[in-house]
Amino acid sequence: MNFDFSDDLKQLRDQSRRFLTERCTPAVVRRSLDGEEAYAAGLWREIADMGWIGAAIPEEFGGAGLGYEGLCVLAEEMGRAVAPVPFASSAYLAAEAILTAGSDAQRREYLPKLADGSAIGCFALSEGNGNPEPGTIHARVVGGRLSGVKWPVADGGIADIAVVVACDEHRQPGLFVADLAGVRRRDLRTLDPTRNQARLDFDGLPVQALGSGGWGSVQRVLDRAAILFAFEQVGGADACLQMAREYAQERFAFGRPIGSFQAIKHKLADMYVALELARSNAYYGAWALGADATDLPLAAATARVSATEAFHLASKENIQTHGGIGFTWAVDCHLFYRRSKQLGLAIGSAPFWKDRLVDLLETRNAA
Amino acid sequence: MDFNDTSEEAVFRAEARAFLAANAELKAGARPVLRQSGVDAEAVKRCRAWQAKKDDAGFAGLTWPKRFGGREASPILQVIYNQEEDDFVVPRGLYEIGLGMCIPTMMTYATPEQLDRYVRPALRGEEVWCQLFSEPAGGSDLAALRTRAERDGDDWVINGQKIWTSGAHLSDFGIIVVRTDPNVPKHEGLTFFFLDMKSPGIEIRPIHQMSGARHFNEVFFTDVRVPDSQRLGAVGQGWKVSLTTLMNERLAVGDVQRPEVDDLVELSRKVRINGKPAIRNGAVREKIAEWHARSQGLKFTRFRTMTALSKGETPGPENSIHKLVNASKLQDIASYGLDLMGAGGLVVDDDLAEAYAMFQAALLSSPSSRIAGGSDEILRNIIAERVLGLPSDIRADKGKPFNQVPTGRR
Repeated sequence: MNFDFSDDLKQLRDQSRRFLTERCTPAVVRRSLDGEEAYAAGLWREIADMGWIGAAIPEEFGGAGLGYEGLCVLAEEMGRAVAPVPFASSAYLAAEAILTAGSDAQRREYLPKLADGSAIGCFALSEGNGNPEPGTIHARVVGGRLSGVKWPVADGGIADIAVVVACDEHRQPGLFVADLAGVRRRDLRTLDPTRNQARLDFDGLPVQALGSGGWGSVQRVLDRAAILFAFEQVGGADACLQMAREYAQERFAFGRPIGSFQAIKHKLADMYVALELARSNAYYGAWALGADATDLPLAAATARVSATEAFHLASKENIQTHGGIGFTWAVDCHLFYRRSKQLGLAIGSAPFWKDRLVDLLETRNAA
Repeated sequence: MDFNDTSEEAVFRAEARAFLAANAELKAGARPVLRQSGVDAEAVKRCRAWQAKKDDAGFAGLTWPKRFGGREASPILQVIYNQEEDDFVVPRGLYEIGLGMCIPTMMTYATPEQLDRYVRPALRGEEVWCQLFSEPAGGSDLAALRTRAERDGDDWVINGQKIWTSGAHLSDFGIIVVRTDPNVPKHEGLTFFFLDMKSPGIEIRPIHQMSGARHFNEVFFTDVRVPDSQRLGAVGQGWKVSLTTLMNERLAVGDVQRPEVDDLVELSRKVRINGKPAIRNGAVREKIAEWHARSQGLKFTRFRTMTALSKGETPGPENSIHKLVNASKLQDIASYGLDLMGAGGLVVDDDLAEAYAMFQAALLSSPSSRIAGGSDEILRNIIAERVLGLPSDIRADKGKPFNQVPTGRR
């Protein structure tokens, strides 16, 4: 039994945590919150130079070849730092889609640019309200040209490359890839301004199909991304628990630290329990990604459900533990509360993944 | 990451598996092995025979010193043995407390002569031990216990009452913590002994539980004499000795209680809501997903603990998570399963009840899981204070002589 990250990866975790604590300060996150910049471009450059974006991209396509466990470790730290960069869009979604569904030529064309950060990728899936399912996809590719409207697209306003979910000429949804130069786009006001979200209007943009895997290839991207999102959520939940813990030790009321009250202790214990369960489920996901295990879809749904619940609980109860000050713009609690919702709504929300989890459980039990 | 045993672990697992396969029956199909509601004379015989077999094969005291018939093995091998044993039907319920808590405490505090006398018969299953800690006035607040011991020559004389003592009526010996000085603060006036459960003045009465079972006892002490040579630790150090006992609680491994999530999935396929199998209902699916995530989360948390054990680390208070999550999940799944059955869920008759009546049985037994061995509330305190480092609660009894601490009417 060796159900833990290797010493090398633990070192990577420590290094990345130190780096982000220093460089991705709340002041940096707040520049995006206050609309001063769409994303932390300087930080993004540094992250790219350290090879993080291409952590799981094989070296032959310009990546660092650290493997999926390495990317999972980094994802957790990105979540902890509420990093205002397009890491998820480029690394977990666009690069993964091209890597898993694209041809060798497409991989050679796009992955090196994504890995070194010279191009930003996004994943254009949603068309307004609703969770990811074939019936919600109206964007269409006819004669190699894409038409339709996608919103919200995470990092769509800053991306150079998009992987788009659209229907082909036979109205079968699948994956396509395109350069976004010249596409009409508009940044959207959202619950979490620390991440760019945009509406993309496609009107005959030339695109290439990414394989011919249909909805199965879309779901595969979502499953794999769900595990990486779960690590970000775990990182965010951990940060909330630590914030709440420190505050509960230092804040006095009725002549004693509020952390000495059982009402606060039990709240924090519940946050800890949710976090640990989520972390353990995410670890199993990391293993499944690395091993490309057959039960990866169930592992992913489980990790996603667990992590969404843990981050939501931790981010709201962190505000509650802080009391009135936690509700102010100045204190960082709301950065996590916003990010928790952003991550929770991306790539399908909790009801979608719970339903999928039970589908997969039924299939497994029937086998 | 991998889930593989080291070569030493793999060899041991195969050895354990072969022993179990040769001597016990595999758990069959869906029928749950329900927790025994009490150990009767027949069950005692079965437990005894099984324990002797385990001892013969060297699986009884894996982590114990070789001079007592142990193997001095690493705790991970104990976990592996438990995992394997969990696949088989083996008699349980008689020796867990003695071997898991009492004898390990003896090993820390008893004399070499006493160990020579008591350890082997316990490991062999010839002598049964119980643990006399809880009292009517001391449950979660164990140190508030009131049973007195007073010095009389070379003996101590015990008067008072213990409660929730598992297996007291089957036990030959017990470990007990009592108050020897009520004039000092509560933790400082306690002393620890072991005693013969057949001593004159001990009266044992079974407690009829809400589930119908009679697993626990009340034990009354009237002028029970215990020689000072059976004191474990110094006079007034009983609290410290008690903590040794509690730290020796067996590692939470296996012991999956039914119904589990898969039982609920199975049930949801059979019963119907609005003409469709309940599993097609969104509300039902949401519950199943949440419990599955919790269940898997615990399983993989256990794998993380095993990894730490395997590297020679000692698991700490973070292990409280297992019982805290499991007990409530069991109660909630049981209750929800019955809701799905509707009125039929009331019936526990074997020939009519769904799924061997395991949902009904768990509904009635699960409240005790949330209390016994550290209540949900105490476990949350442990996580908050010992894992997260939050300050301890302000106590009304702190520093007060025990006999001046306020008491209520219950």
